[in-house]
Amino acid sequence: MEKLLNWIDARFPLTALWESQWGKYVAPKNFNFWYYFGSLAALVLVMQIVTGIFLTMNYKPDAAKAFDSVEYIMRDVPWGWFIRYLHSTGASLFFVVVYLHMFRGLMYGSYRKPRELTWIFGCLIYLVLMGEAFFGYLLPWGQMSYWGAQVIVNLFSTVPIIGEDLGVWIRGDYTISDVTLNRFFAYHVIAMPLVLLGLVAAHLMALHETGSNNPDGVEIKKQPHDPATGLPLDGIYSHPYYSVKDIVGVVVFLAIFSVIVFFVPDMGGYFLEANNFLPADPLKTPEHIAPVWYFTPYYAMLRAVPSFLNSQFWGVIVMGVAVVIFFFLPWLDRGPVKSIRYRGPLYKAWLAAFVVSFLILGYLGVVPVTVWGQFPENWWLLGAADRATVVARVLTTVYFLFFLLMPWYTAIDKTKPVPERVTG
Amino acid sequence: MMNKTVALLAAFLLAAIAGPAASSGGDIRLEPAPGNRLDLPSLQRGARTFVNYCLNCHSARFMRYNRLTDIGVDLSMIQDNLMFATDRIGDTMTVAMSPQDGRAWFGVPPPDLSVIARVRGTDWLYNYFLGFYRDDAARSGWNNLVFPNVGMPHVLSRYSGTNRLVTTEYEDHEKAEAAAIAARSLVALAPARDHKYVVESLALETPGTLSQVEYKAMVADLVNYLDYMGEPVKNERISLGLVALLYFVLLFVFAYWLKREYWKDIH
Repeated sequence: MEKLLNWIDARFPLTALWESQWGKYVAPKNFNFWYYFGSLAALVLVMQIVTGIFLTMNYKPDAAKAFDSVEYIMRDVPWGWFIRYLHSTGASLFFVVVYLHMFRGLMYGSYRKPRELTWIFGCLIYLVLMGEAFFGYLLPWGQMSYWGAQVIVNLFSTVPIIGEDLGVWIRGDYTISDVTLNRFFAYHVIAMPLVLLGLVAAHLMALHETGSNNPDGVEIKKQPHDPATGLPLDGIYSHPYYSVKDIVGVVVFLAIFSVIVFFVPDMGGYFLEANNFLPADPLKTPEHIAPVWYFTPYYAMLRAVPSFLNSQFWGVIVMGVAVVIFFFLPWLDRGPVKSIRYRGPLYKAWLAAFVVSFLILGYLGVVPVTVWGQFPENWWLLGAADRATVVARVLTTVYFLFFLLMPWYTAIDKTKPVPERVTG
Repeated sequence: MMNKTVALLAAFLLAAIAGPAASSGGDIRLEPAPGNRLDLPSLQRGARTFVNYCLNCHSARFMRYNRLTDIGVDLSMIQDNLMFATDRIGDTMTVAMSPQDGRAWFGVPPPDLSVIARVRGTDWLYNYFLGFYRDDAARSGWNNLVFPNVGMPHVLSRYSGTNRLVTTEYEDHEKAEAAAIAARSLVALAPARDHKYVVESLALETPGTLSQVEYKAMVADLVNYLDYMGEPVKNERISLGLVALLYFVLLFVFAYWLKREYWKDIH
C-alpha cells in the first residue's frame, strides 16, 4: 500500500494535496455549532449531483413528456420516488445550510481580512446556486415551474431598450416553451454544476490558504507555537478531530433530512408546491404565483418597490443589488474586531434587525400582498395601501441600511478587547 | 450561546413552516376529511367508487391497474371487478373520452385525477363531494360551494340526494363568523355586500338512497383512495422512514462516542 502511494506521489501530489487541504490542515479548536454547515453544504452538493445523475436517466427534457416522466419516476422506476424526494428535499436544505453558513460568516466576521476571497468565492457560489435552483425548478414542468420561470424571465424584459430581446435570448422563444426547457435542462445538469464545483474548489483552497476563522475571531496563525506539537497554541489538526466531529453533524443532519424525505416530502407545500402537480398550462395563469421559499425575501423586495417612470425595472435593480451587495461586505465593515462576541451593541442590533427583516420578507414573499389587509382610507400617505407592502418597504430599507450604514456603525461601536487565546 | 443558536434555528424553521400558502378558499370552512391511509377496506371501497363513477370521464393516466395490489386486491379481482376499459393488467387508467368531447360537453375537459389529491388536498376533495347543490342557472344544473360554477355535474347525487343553497344574512362580520363556526359543517362566508355578511350553507331537499352519514362515509373512502393514488408509495415511504430514523439514532450513538474519544485530549 505504501509502495503504491509512493509511486503515485512521485507522479502526482496526492499526499501533499490531502495534507494541505484536510489531513494536516490546522484549524482552531473552538469551532461551535455554526461550523457544521460548511461540511454539510459539501455533503448536500454531492448528494444533489449523485441523485441528479440518477434522475436524468429517466427524466425527459421535453415539454410534452417532462411532467409525465417525473410521475413515471415517482411510480414506475424502482426507488425513483426516493431519489426524487432526496433531490427535491436536498434543493431546499441546500439553501437552509447555505443561509446558516452565511449567517455564521456575518456573526464571526469570517469575511474580513485576510479571508475576503473565500467570502467572494462563497458569494459566487450562492449566486450560481440560485441559478441552479431556478433552472432546475422548471424541469418538472408543472404550473409553478412554468409560471415561476415566466415571471423571472420577464424580470429581464424590464431592462430598458434591450429588455425584450434579452427575454427572447434567455428563453429562446417568445414565451417559456420546449426550447426553454431544453436549454434550462442543459444549464441545470451540466453548466451550473461545473461552475459550482470549480467555485467550491476555489472556496476551499482559499480557506485552507488563510486558515479558518473561529467564534472568537482570534488569528491562531499569529499565536506562538507549542514546542511539543509545532502547532499554534489553539490549533488542532482537522483530521481526525474535525473529521469525527463533522460526522456527528452529518448523522444529525441526515436524520433531519430523513424526517422530511420519508414523512413530509412536500413540507406543507414549501418544498414541493401543490400547484406543481398540475401540468404546465400556458393558457391558464395560476391565481397566486410565488417562488420557492428560498427566493421569497428577494421576491418580496421586488414586489415592494413601486413602479417609477412607467417601469418595473427599479424593483429588479433592488433585488439584484440585494444579492450582489454581499460581495462588498469585507470593505464595508470597519470594526476593529471580527466576532460578535466582542462587538458592541450597535452591530448586534443591526445584525438582529437584518436577520429579522430577511425572515419576515421571506414570509411576505410567500403570501399575497393583501395578507394583512389595508390601512384605513383616511390615513395620511398610507391610506388604503396594503399593509404587507408597506412593511416590506420598511424591511427592504432595513436590509439595505444594514450594509450601507455598516462603515459608520462598525467604526463608532463600543467593542470589547479580543483575548490572546480562544475562549472555548 | 447554545440557547441563542436553538432560538435562531427555531425562528428559521418557524418561518418555513408557519402560515403555508393559505391563500386559497380563505372564506370557506372545510370539514376535515376522515381518511386513514392504512384502512385497506376503505381504500378498496374508494377504488370501486372511483372506477365506477369517476373513471368514465376522468382518467388517471399515471395509475396502473396492477398497482392496486398495494391496497390488498389481488390481480384476478382487479381484472374481474375493477377493469372496464382494458384487458391488460399493466395498463394505466385511461378513458375513451377525448379532451375535445370533454370541452364540448362540460365546458372544460375533465382533468386527470392521478395526482389531484396532491394538488387539492384531501379536505378540499372531501368537501367538494359534499358541496354540490341544485342550481338551475348552471349549465349542468349543479353548482358547488367549494368550487363555484364547476363544470362537473353531481355524479353521486343518487346516493347523496339533492341539496339546496341556504343563505343567511348577518349585520356584522363577527356574528357571521360565529354562525359559520357554530355550523360545524361545510359553510362559505361570501364577501360582504352592502355591509351585509352572507353565510352560505346547504340543506337537504330530496334524500338519496344513502343516509347523510352513509354518504359521507362513501365520500371519505373515495377521497382516501384518491389520496393513495396521488402517491401510491406513501405507506411504504412512511414505514421505511421509521427504519431510517432508527438507523440514524444508532449511528449517532457511535458517532458521538467516537468524537468524544478523540476529543478527550483537546483542552
